[in-house]
Amino acid sequence: MAQYTQFQPKAYRPRMSAYWYLDQWHYLRYALRESSSFFVAYFCVLTLVQLAALGAGAGRYAHFEALMRCPLMIIINAVALAFFLLHSITWFNLVPRVAMRQMLGRPTPDMVSSAPNYMVWFGATVILALFFLGVL
Amino acid sequence: MSAGKRSNEPVVWFLFGVGGFFAAYFLPVHVLFYGLLFPSGLVHAPGYQQTLALVRHPLTRLYLFALLTFCFFHAAHRMRLTMSDVLNLRHLNTVLAFLCYGGAIVGTIVTVWLLATV
Repeated sequence: MAQYTQFQPKAYRPRMSAYWYLDQWHYLRYALRESSSFFVAYFCVLTLVQLAALGAGAGRYAHFEALMRCPLMIIINAVALAFFLLHSITWFNLVPRVAMRQMLGRPTPDMVSSAPNYMVWFGATVILALFFLGVL
Repeated sequence: MSAGKRSNEPVVWFLFGVGGFFAAYFLPVHVLFYGLLFPSGLVHAPGYQQTLALVRHPLTRLYLFALLTFCFFHAAHRMRLTMSDVLNLRHLNTVLAFLCYGGAIVGTIVTVWLLATV
């Protein structure tokens, strides 16, 4: 059983600046990448608002469309798009770090591991765009 | 960790991972059209009836349910870790977990309700 001593050893807790992510570009990129989650949540809520407006009738949906035309909303959505692109690119570039990376017994190059995700992304974007435009 | 006590981390990391792929594949085109191109008038926006017909299709409802649910949990997990690590709020970890995952659960319930009633 441990005996009481007058001078207890303290755990080492290095002091960290509240703005540590500004120290290096890598830290800032990490903080920006993680911050994309706030815009994901924002856009999910915005989609729920759109669904609620759709269910409430043509008048309410016209109000929703008018809200979306507001310059502030367009600026926020442009920033959200930038964060979504950052999320997509960093996410697909992470795949080679976590996926099985052997093909025919040899290590697979990073780009070969990431490329299928970029192709699926492109295909999904085209198909959804055609649905949104009413072509499909 | 005591013997026999299971961690719930695999569940939240699974939801985070699947949501990350959904967000990476699908959200950019959603915000590009419904957040920028349609509102700014650069592309002619579909009318109310056309949008309603699209959303009422069973496959669209299924797609939107998966998209929104997984994205809510993806965002919840990352927001919790961001606030905990980036903003140095580790001492509020339990509160953050309750708010973030609770928000994701509420978002999922609202999603189901709206998709069922639209």
